[in-house]
This record gives sequence, C-alpha cells and structure tokens, in this order.
Amino acid sequence: MNPITPIINGMSITFKHMFLKPVTLQYPTERPKVAARYRGLQGLKVSHDKAKCVACYLCPTVCPAKCITVEAAEDANHDKYASKYEIDLLRCIFCGYCVEACPVDALKMTSEFELASYSRKDFIYSKERLLEKQ
Amino acid sequence: MGMEILGLPMMYYIAMVAKVLVTFIFVLLTVAYATYAERKIIGHMQVRLGPMRTGWHGLLQPIADGLKLFFKEEIIPSQASTFAFLVAPLIALVPAFITFAVIPFGGVIEIAGYKIPMQVAAYYDTAAGQVFDINVGVLYILAMSSLGVYGIVLAGWSSNSKYSLMGGLRASAQLISYELAAGLSIIAVFMLSGTLSLNKIVALQSGFGGFEWYIFKQPLAAFMFFVTSLAEINRTPFDLPEAETELVSGFCTEYSSMKYAMFFMAEYANMVTVSAMTVTLFLGGWNGPFTDAMPLLGPVYFIAKVYFLMFVCMWIRATLPRYRYDQLMHLGWKVFIPLALVNIVVTGIIGYFI
Repeated sequence: MNPITPIINGMSITFKHMFLKPVTLQYPTERPKVAARYRGLQGLKVSHDKAKCVACYLCPTVCPAKCITVEAAEDANHDKYASKYEIDLLRCIFCGYCVEACPVDALKMTSEFELASYSRKDFIYSKERLLEKQ
Repeated sequence: MGMEILGLPMMYYIAMVAKVLVTFIFVLLTVAYATYAERKIIGHMQVRLGPMRTGWHGLLQPIADGLKLFFKEEIIPSQASTFAFLVAPLIALVPAFITFAVIPFGGVIEIAGYKIPMQVAAYYDTAAGQVFDINVGVLYILAMSSLGVYGIVLAGWSSNSKYSLMGGLRASAQLISYELAAGLSIIAVFMLSGTLSLNKIVALQSGFGGFEWYIFKQPLAAFMFFVTSLAEINRTPFDLPEAETELVSGFCTEYSSMKYAMFFMAEYANMVTVSAMTVTLFLGGWNGPFTDAMPLLGPVYFIAKVYFLMFVCMWIRATLPRYRYDQLMHLGWKVFIPLALVNIVVTGIIGYFI
C-alpha cells in the first residue's frame, strides 16, 4: 500500500480538528453540569426544622461498605431520633442503597462532588454537616 | 565614513553587532514561544485548549516554565562523567543558534548611507556593488547540524544511565543514516544553482512571483530534505532518541534544571533552523512581492514562511506516531538515499540536455 495517503488523511483529520470547539472545561471558573440523578455526598432531609430521620437503622444495615453509624435517642416528645448520624466518606462507595432503603425519605444523594479534605478525620461527616442547608 | 578599524568602517561593526543581537534575540523569543505554540496547536488539534491559566490564554507560559526550570535543583549523578555531563547541553545548544549566522533573512537596507545586507555573516562591498557572504554557507549549516548531535551523544554517554546511553546511541545511528540523505537531496539544488552561497541561492529564486522557487523544480528534493531534517533534529515521528514510552526521556533522562532547559531550547532552535534552511533552499528565502520597494518586507516574508514550516512540524507531531527503529533505518537507507541518488541523476540528465 502506498504510505503517503494515510499520512495525508491523518494530517487532514488533525487540521479539521483544530477548528472544532475544545471540549475542555475550565474547571474552577466553569462548573460542570451535574446530572439530575448524580450520586454525590449524602444529605439528611429536614422537615419542620428537624431531621426527618427516625433512626430505624435500615441504612447502616443495607450499607455494603459499612460506613454509616447511627445512634438512636428519645426527644422531648418521646419520638425516636438519631442523636448521632455519621458517614465515613473514606469507606462510602456512593451506591445510594441507603437512600433506597430509607422508609421515611429522610436521606438523599446531593450533587456535591468536591469532597477533598486535608485530614482523615475531615472525611467523617457528622449529622450537622449532612443536614441540608436551608 | 570617519573611523576605520582593520580597514572596515565603524558602521560595519555597529551593523554586525546589531544584526547578531537582533537575530539572536529573535531566535530566542521564537524558541520560547514555539513551545507555547506547540502546546496550543497540538492542544487544539486534540480538541483541547492547551495552556490557559498563566496570562491571557496562557501567553506567559514560556516565562513561567523558564523561571520554574531556573529555580530547580541542579542534579549531577554521582557516577556521571562530570565534565562531559556539564558540557553536553552547551554542545547541543550552541550549534543550533550559530547556524543562523549564514541564513539571509532580508535584502539590503540602507542606514545613514551605509548599505547593510540582512544576513549576519555578510557585508555589502561598495566598490563591487554586491553582497558578499560566506560562500560555503550550506556546508557550514550541515557541519553545525552534525555537531549538535555530539551534545546528545555526549549527554547519553556521560550520564551513566542505560536509558541515556540508548538515547545517545539511537541519536548517532539516526544522524548517520539521515545526514547522508539530507546532504544528497540538496546536491540537486546545487546542481541547479551552481553555488553554495545562500545569498546567491535566494537571489536565484527571486523571479516570476514565486515560480522560480526550487520547490517547483525539485519537489522531491524539497520533501526529502524536510523529512530527513526532521529526523536529524529528532522531531516526531523520528524522536527515537528521547522516546518517552521506551527510554523515559532518552539522552536527557538524568538532566534537570537549566541543563534540561538547554536541551529543550536546542531542540526548538533546531526546528527554527531547519525551517529557515528549507525556506532558504526551496521556498525562495525572503523573496516575495514588493520587496524591491520596501526591503523591510523581506524579513516579514521570511518569518512568515519559517513560521509556516514550524507549524507543519507541529502538525506532523500532532498526527504521526513514532517510527519503529527498524522502520526508521529502512526508510533512511533503503528509501531516501536511493531516491536522492536517482534525483541527482535525473537532475543531471535534464540539466545536460537543457
């Protein structure tokens, strides 16, 4: 086969590509559009100014990575609530099973994806950090 | 002209220093921004953006790179042959720059009644009324380009590292195979021009609005010269001496800081030189429309042509993968050298009958 044609074909392809719009995202200034059902950091839903979670232990039970720690307690109205709700993001695999398992729709996956931290203990998200901002 | 030193007017020396400075700084800036242009062009060819952060669209990137390399730690391997290790980057860099001494980049300009040819190693003889330049300019360039490879070979050997040594060996083997073909391919040009002076070669290509360019008379020679020159300066697709995938960084694996930067600069300066050489020999040098009326257009045309060829180098780099070593040798010895010889014979026969 003649060796020149493929080279010319390749050169014409690269030349045409030079005028295409670059796919690069200038990240810190340009933000990516996160998909609607993206599984980012978990969030605890709030209703009537307190977390909807009733500390039923279904999420730590279903969690394949065993990253959720829940401790139940009783509040002034004798309702069960989670006095401690922690997710260890170093173990979490973002599978979303906890959200699926929740019987009271108290958990959700947010589109938050910037989860880097400087120390290991910063990766353990406490209940305060998980509560959705209002 | 008032004062004379060694029988030459003062203006001669002033003009010479000015030409050297302008050419050197121009090549230096081109080298710096060639790195930026290469990253930008290859970036866009791969549908990326290239450098964007340092300055507007990354325009300060070469300066940032230079500063960073300048402040890096200077490492000399304990088992290296120190003197050769230190000298090698210089041997690679200097020939790449001094080649520009003989390349004409414009016609004759007149400043304060003194005529200055725009070529570093040349002067205008008022008595004879013509430009005299070094009459073996092409041989000088070929000699310098083969000197440059000593830097690479020395770097490879003195680093005392197997990757560097492999890089150096490949560089020398590649140089031997491709210098022959490059030399043979430009012999056809000399058969047409009858001179080795670059100034005269450019003058011979001035007529008929570009149709006197040697690329039209010697297309095969032009193509072969450009490709073999790419191989000689170790550009892709012939960058085997520093093949990252196989040899880490080839001959400059053990180098750091400014010594590494010198190799980098040498590579790009060589690219400028090869482009300038191809322009001079085949693309009519600084010739172009209206150069008689405005001699300063000469350098503009010259720079435009050189930049176009450098763009082609980068374009080739964005397109072609590296040759395998045996393919490289096959191409050099079994394709280019026979083709160049045939080209010489055909040129000779045609030249004899016309």
